[in-house]
Amino acid sequence: MTVNPRLYPLLATIGIFVVAYIVCWLQFPYMLSTRVAGNLLTDNAYLGIVAVGMTLVILSGGIDLSVGSVIAFSGVFIAVMLRDTGLHPLLVFALLLAVTTAFGAAMGAVIHGLAMPAFIVTLAGMFLARGASYMLTIESVPIAHPFYDLLKDAYWLMPGKGRLTLIGVLMLVAVAAGALIAHRTRFGAQVFAIGGGEQTARLMGVRVGATTVGIYAFSGFMAGLSGIVFSIYTGSGYPLATVGTELTAIAAVVIGGTLLTGGAGYVVGTLFGVLTMGLIQTYIVFDGTLSSWWTKIVIGVLLLLFILLQRGLLRVTALRA
Amino acid sequence: MLLTIRSLSKSFPGTRALDAVDFDLAAGEVHALLGENGAGKSTLIKCLTGAYSRDAGEIRLDGAPVSPASTSEAQELGIGTVYQEVNLLPNLTVAQNLTFGREPRRFGLIDGRAQADMAREMLRGYGLDIDVTRDLGSYSVAVQQVVAIARAVALSGKVLILDEPTASLDAAEVRMLFDVVRDLRDRGLGIVFVSHFLDQVFELCDRLTVLRNGQKITTERVADLDRVKLIGHMLGRELDDAIETAEHSPAAAQEAPEILRFEGIGRAGVVAPFDLSVRRGEVIGLAGLLGSGRTESAELLFGVRTAQTGTARDADGPVAHATPREAVRAGFGFAPEDRKTDGIVADLSVRENIILAMQARRGWTRPIPRAEQARLADEYIAKLDIRTSDAEKPIGELSGGNQQKVVLARWLAMNPRFLILDEPTRGIDVGAHAEILRLIRDMTDAGMSMLVISSEFDELVAAADRIVVLRDRRHTRELTGAEVATDEIVRAIAAADPREAAAS
Amino acid sequence: MTRTLRRILPQILTLAVLVALVSLFFPQFLSVDYQGGRLSGPVIDVLKRGAPVALLAVGMTLVIATRGIDLSVGTIMAITGATAAWALASGWGAAAAVLLALMAGLACGVWNGCLVALIGIQPIVATLILMTSGRGIAQLITEGRILTFTDPGFAWLGSGILLGLPVPVYIWVGTAIAVALLMRRTALGLLVESIGINRSASALAGINATVLLIAVYVASGLCAALAGIIATADIRGADANNAGLWLELDAILAVVIGGNSLLGGRFSVAASVLGAMIIQTIDTGILLAGFPSEYNLVIKAGLVLMVLLVQSPNLAGHWYALRRHVRRRREPAPSDRSAP
Repeated sequence: MTVNPRLYPLLATIGIFVVAYIVCWLQFPYMLSTRVAGNLLTDNAYLGIVAVGMTLVILSGGIDLSVGSVIAFSGVFIAVMLRDTGLHPLLVFALLLAVTTAFGAAMGAVIHGLAMPAFIVTLAGMFLARGASYMLTIESVPIAHPFYDLLKDAYWLMPGKGRLTLIGVLMLVAVAAGALIAHRTRFGAQVFAIGGGEQTARLMGVRVGATTVGIYAFSGFMAGLSGIVFSIYTGSGYPLATVGTELTAIAAVVIGGTLLTGGAGYVVGTLFGVLTMGLIQTYIVFDGTLSSWWTKIVIGVLLLLFILLQRGLLRVTALRA
Repeated sequence: MLLTIRSLSKSFPGTRALDAVDFDLAAGEVHALLGENGAGKSTLIKCLTGAYSRDAGEIRLDGAPVSPASTSEAQELGIGTVYQEVNLLPNLTVAQNLTFGREPRRFGLIDGRAQADMAREMLRGYGLDIDVTRDLGSYSVAVQQVVAIARAVALSGKVLILDEPTASLDAAEVRMLFDVVRDLRDRGLGIVFVSHFLDQVFELCDRLTVLRNGQKITTERVADLDRVKLIGHMLGRELDDAIETAEHSPAAAQEAPEILRFEGIGRAGVVAPFDLSVRRGEVIGLAGLLGSGRTESAELLFGVRTAQTGTARDADGPVAHATPREAVRAGFGFAPEDRKTDGIVADLSVRENIILAMQARRGWTRPIPRAEQARLADEYIAKLDIRTSDAEKPIGELSGGNQQKVVLARWLAMNPRFLILDEPTRGIDVGAHAEILRLIRDMTDAGMSMLVISSEFDELVAAADRIVVLRDRRHTRELTGAEVATDEIVRAIAAADPREAAAS
Repeated sequence: MTRTLRRILPQILTLAVLVALVSLFFPQFLSVDYQGGRLSGPVIDVLKRGAPVALLAVGMTLVIATRGIDLSVGTIMAITGATAAWALASGWGAAAAVLLALMAGLACGVWNGCLVALIGIQPIVATLILMTSGRGIAQLITEGRILTFTDPGFAWLGSGILLGLPVPVYIWVGTAIAVALLMRRTALGLLVESIGINRSASALAGINATVLLIAVYVASGLCAALAGIIATADIRGADANNAGLWLELDAILAVVIGGNSLLGGRFSVAASVLGAMIIQTIDTGILLAGFPSEYNLVIKAGLVLMVLLVQSPNLAGHWYALRRHVRRRREPAPSDRSAP
């Protein structure tokens, strides 16, 4: 039984995560507990969800810089709506998701319609979403709603007293849904096709415009969902929150083994990318003497490592062809 | 007849790409479509596959008139196409490529196992034993071609157009592909085969149609035709026609001192190792059909591709030419075939395009003074009769012939000792044609040596002192003196290569 | 000269309209006072505060001209600022601090340039690596604290006054003029534009594209170092977390507003720094005109969209198609090559 070469980057990601966890465990045996594992999921839930949307965007060869601002907008939107109107949070959630999905779809339409680089269009989207949240409020707005307390305290006590929180579960569900969409639907196949080559994809019958709109709409939806989770996690809405999350998400996707030029990767890999980044942070917290900036440096090194690995793999396949 | 085309015409501004062309394709035959560049092959194919809409004429498939408006519509009608560059996605698995758009689903989700089964079923009968769950890109081009054929056949199933499918395959792979094609023919498909390799046409095809300048020249059974006659059809002349060879002075050039000597220059899969000796002030012609390795030879000499073997030397010793920069430093120049992608820098002005190579050699710290630039530009605009309102116009706005003259001017300004011109007169009107030939003569009279590649053999004969003939990526013959004549070139190209005859 | 003027005319007009708009809400916008040997007023403030983005835009213009992009300039500001502050804190003196900061910027540029030109990673990804990890490096240098210093010589670079004007103004105007002259008085500008438009044809003409590509990233790194020095000197301290944060996006915006295409080619340094001044005028203007600063980003987004619309290749395509339709022209002849 030989391993399909398709899986090499994914296996490398999982391998690095496992090795990193073993190293952590050897130094701090307590890290291998359901408590730490539960916190790892909870603390990184919003990042994991938004990274799933980013994975699809990157698989198609695009990029979405607006997501960090959209998360902040979501938190502010929810907080302000709950403060100023009597709407039930669930209704607010539905409204919000409709707004962010439409926002993503609009960016997709501009990217396709004007044939402009996704980078600059979503950069404008980033300013717009951040600006919109500033216009709603410039202060941190706390969310005080009984339903929110319910959501925040919803967890399942795992053996070993670890808490599997609702938002942690939500992230796992988002990853599973993202994986199904990317790998098991025709839409997903079209995303990969566009990432492999837009011209060829068109020849094979992909409706590039509709698919592009769909991809950015999906990313917008996931950013909205991530915003909901983040507002549950922090219990407030703050327009200055999650600045730069888009870049963290891109880094997680790349460390998760997805090719930044598009066309190859796994949504599950992204989950491990997020968890690896979370693990580094947890380790630094446990260590206590290491400074937090090491997180950024290690993530940068991992990023470089994976990009070089991808180029290496590309060169190997190019030589064989 | 499976497919009949009657008086198909298609015009573009300034050219009549197809002029009342007839074409018939029977079920169960392999029909070659031949012609040199600009003959109208690709226009005909694009009209068939729906990429172009025709101006006039009729296409009937199974007796019913059709006019596909897009590639996918042509596919649904039953006309599938496989190109030289495989138009599938290397980053998807073989199974995903084969089933794309028709994936078997269960509960709305793609059923991976059924997809793999479906793919294996589609590949049955093609003699491929491959793992369909692997990336298409991990297999050789030959396997990818067969997968592309399998997809096209499964989607279309009546007419299969193979547009230069063998251009990047080796001999064994070609044989495998041919077995597949013969099998499909026996299954009753009509196959249109476009290729520049005449050996392959003779080996595989039942009938052939030759196009030239947008017109159908002939349709004949392959068995009734010999190679020399076929090439005569393609090039538009009978061999018996004595062609008035232009006055050239072979004697003088032959006595001139050798300035450069290339030995054993080659690269696997590109051009077999060849020798070339360059004398002062001579014009060497490079002749061969498309795909024979003409351009590739020039690229190896200029360092666009690095030669794996061979050496270059002049009177002073070895000459480095592994990169274009080194080649320029060694006094070489190269005006490439594809002006748009490799020649002009579209947004820069005519003046800047002319001085570009000279500036690159001087280095950035020594800019050519503006007045000097203007003088050079004006000089060459006048000398080459470049039609532009002024030297500051972006070159992209000029016509093709004038762009070509600017690229020529760029190199002439450098006064190289060895200038390579790849198809210097392609897409240029007749007047400019003669001018460029005159220029070549002027330059060589001044002592410059040239290598000229052209598919217009008359032109080569008129310009060259010596002609090197290429066939199947090999330098096969060198014509000198009285041999420099069009019919000799044609004969040399047609001559079956003894080595290859033994191999196949 | 008239050619340059025509090139930057749209930016000058935009700036004039903006100034007029701001003056409408804040009539004293154009007033300049002179007291105690220094000029002061909103315009002077714009010129001074715009210095970092203007400097970044100078380097970014060159990078974008080669079809690249440099996301790491904000981070390089943090690194170079931290380096300078560290050197001062270690008692090295102002000159050494400046030199060391410039060296750090140079090193960052070489790193980016090598990733792009030698390894062949797309610019956006290559510079993303330094963007994310660079702040960690800056924090490593400052050890996570805000490194303050008192060296008056160095602080003068950020907050000093020379002949009535703030020193940063001289630095960015000087850099912009120097780079513009370097590009136009030597052949560099032409060669950079050439590889940005058609790298393959340029390489065939004998241009050393690899070295040039590395050079533009180095230039960008050096400009970022200057911006980092000014920012650090201005607040007399290096804040690794916030120095230059998100300024790369403003710099890209400035270049785009300057009418430089993201697809490379023709560039104008003057137009880019005018773009930077436009952004700073919006920032300052909104504040002075009494609007809440929250509108700032939305206006910026609107600006980007407008510039996008003007630059869009598709829009131009639609326009030509329309004209062609009107003239009832036929489709263009295809190229003769049957083999792609």
